[in-house]
Amino acid sequence: MSYRLNYLEELEAEAVFVLREAFAQFEHPCILFSGGKDSIVVTHLAAKAFAPGPIPFSLLHIDTGHNFPETIQFRDELAARLNVRLVVGKVEDSIQRQTVQEESGPNANRNRAQSITLLESMESFGFDAAIGGGRRDEEKARAKERFFSHRDAFGQWDPKNQGPEIWHLYNGRKNEGEQFRVFPISNWTELDVWEYIQKENISLPSLYFAHQRPCVKRKDTILAQSSYLVPHDTDELLDLHVRFRTIGDMTISGAMISSASTVSEIIAELKEMNQSERGNRADDFRSESSMEDRKKEGYF
Amino acid sequence: MIETKDIIRFTTAGSVDDGKSTLIGRLLYDCHQIPQDQIDLVRRISERKGSSEIDLSLFTDGLKDERAQGITIDVAYRYFTTEKRKFIIADTPGHLQYTRNMVTGASTANAALILIDARKGVVEQTRRHSFIASLLQIKHLIVCVNKMDLVEFSKEAFDQIVSTFQDFSAKLAIVDVQFIPVSALNGDNIVHRSENMPWYQGATLLHTLEHISVANELNHIDFRFPVQHPIRVDNELVQDYRAYAGKLESGIVRVGDEVIILPGNQASKVKSIMGMNGPQMEAFAPQSISLELTDELDISRGNMIVKPNNQAEEVRQLSAMICWMSSQAYIPGRKYILRHTTNEVKAMIKSILYVYDMKSLKRVEEQTALQTNDIARVSLQLAGPIYIDEYRKNKATGSFILMDEQSNQTVAVGMIS
Repeated sequence: MSYRLNYLEELEAEAVFVLREAFAQFEHPCILFSGGKDSIVVTHLAAKAFAPGPIPFSLLHIDTGHNFPETIQFRDELAARLNVRLVVGKVEDSIQRQTVQEESGPNANRNRAQSITLLESMESFGFDAAIGGGRRDEEKARAKERFFSHRDAFGQWDPKNQGPEIWHLYNGRKNEGEQFRVFPISNWTELDVWEYIQKENISLPSLYFAHQRPCVKRKDTILAQSSYLVPHDTDELLDLHVRFRTIGDMTISGAMISSASTVSEIIAELKEMNQSERGNRADDFRSESSMEDRKKEGYF
Repeated sequence: MIETKDIIRFTTAGSVDDGKSTLIGRLLYDCHQIPQDQIDLVRRISERKGSSEIDLSLFTDGLKDERAQGITIDVAYRYFTTEKRKFIIADTPGHLQYTRNMVTGASTANAALILIDARKGVVEQTRRHSFIASLLQIKHLIVCVNKMDLVEFSKEAFDQIVSTFQDFSAKLAIVDVQFIPVSALNGDNIVHRSENMPWYQGATLLHTLEHISVANELNHIDFRFPVQHPIRVDNELVQDYRAYAGKLESGIVRVGDEVIILPGNQASKVKSIMGMNGPQMEAFAPQSISLELTDELDISRGNMIVKPNNQAEEVRQLSAMICWMSSQAYIPGRKYILRHTTNEVKAMIKSILYVYDMKSLKRVEEQTALQTNDIARVSLQLAGPIYIDEYRKNKATGSFILMDEQSNQTVAVGMIS
């Protein structure tokens, strides 16, 4: 035995340590489950961290109402298979309560509204920490995230005033009403996630794999055709062979033309590809710092 | 390749304007680690600013305020991979007031990369950063003498800086120091060997980073297992399973090994080890596992499992080097919560032996105040026992943080010696 961990094993050990710290330090943490590959990996890691016992967290899903049906189906099946409690916060309910105002205009989406619904849901279900699949390599603002990231009573992130996080001594102390976000896979890159999915044989929503579907080509972006999309005059309707690199709402998740239909084909494609992961997310491109602005408001 | 590739974590430090962001940008760019859409974006921003060349520093400057001020204000983490290794960079700001960020970045690093502007030579910041790297027991220091293009790639200029640095670093506890003359702006000796400095026979920065040995930094001798929490399972599938979740901070443990639980010195034996892929016969640092013992004992978070013939030292008083991280000054007599591994005890600073003057790096005695970024030797009184090793022998069991009971903030970090 060599007594050495390779990079995936080291990342796994680190993530499991962080999950266990979250369990030990918070009263009522949940996993923020989006149905995307990163939160699926976090859920998989949680199953390992507490084996042979069950996952001691609920899965919290913020449902914008604009999800892919494939995501919802996968979510329900996963929760049933792992025997873990699933709770859902709906943006639609926030709209009904008038705490959220529906965006209008040609690029209207519910991405930003999620932040409010998330905070409302955490409060109503009594969660004091949300464990998510955020990674530092995803985006500039996320590069500065801590493993344990403090949120004030309004759910706001204060990037300039973050506490120091040193060695692996995580400080989860907080006042009543404050919360934490916990990011066990902070140090993973997109490729690490895929290589881990391959190694562990983790199942994913079919959306990640190349398939034929009716699409809308809008400028340089390909979106899935759906009733949630406000039509533009210049939209082109096409039937394309695509896959999704990140999965959010149907209104914002850009598809890519691809023939990669297995995990190893996706890994090969990623290594060849020269576009950043969120390069196809309409929500990130509103301005150069739109992710940072949304994070300050409480976006994941 | 997946089977053998390991991770190296390094931190970067430098003064304002010595080209640190450009150097990291260059490293990523020349390793083809920057996606085309980001290159296009940065090219557009560079052009808007009136620059015909792509501004490599823009790849790493993150937050809005930083872009406005043109400086880096918080630790940012970057990732890249080559055929040999996965790299995690803790990119830390170089300003005086942000020393705490350098300490943060250095805490998890195997190596520190220090930048020196070839025109300015060794400056106060260089000494301070090297000192912090030494304090945090970073084994490898890579000194990049940058902007060699602005001193006509002069060997004499480089040699002079190396010599000045060596005079100073002889006093530090750093095992391995390497010097590389570079131009981050033009890419000399970053990923590609420079044609402008034929007199330099050493390795490029990338080659150096790829070949630093980190294996010997893992301590596989002293078994230390701080308990994160118990795991109890009793259902139709698993009956009466009771184990302790944690990460091996150091050492190796095998099924059947005799162990001691601290505090209390209760003895037991390892019944089973649950790893990431089911039961295993042995485990080593830094694996996360669950340890099942042969006896039913009362073990909880904060306890430490060790071996009978190799135990951590029980202490109720500590002598430590601390860095004051809080923007609020230290209030004498105030009580704090000390976190050491997974354990927490109340603590107070009994005395301040000396504070380092960060300009001269000389010890100043008879100080009673601690301000942000101060590095001081203190003695602490604890309300209960903790189980320690010296920091230089074991980073995990030799380090702690102090948290303020009221603000909840981490106000100081410490290294036991």
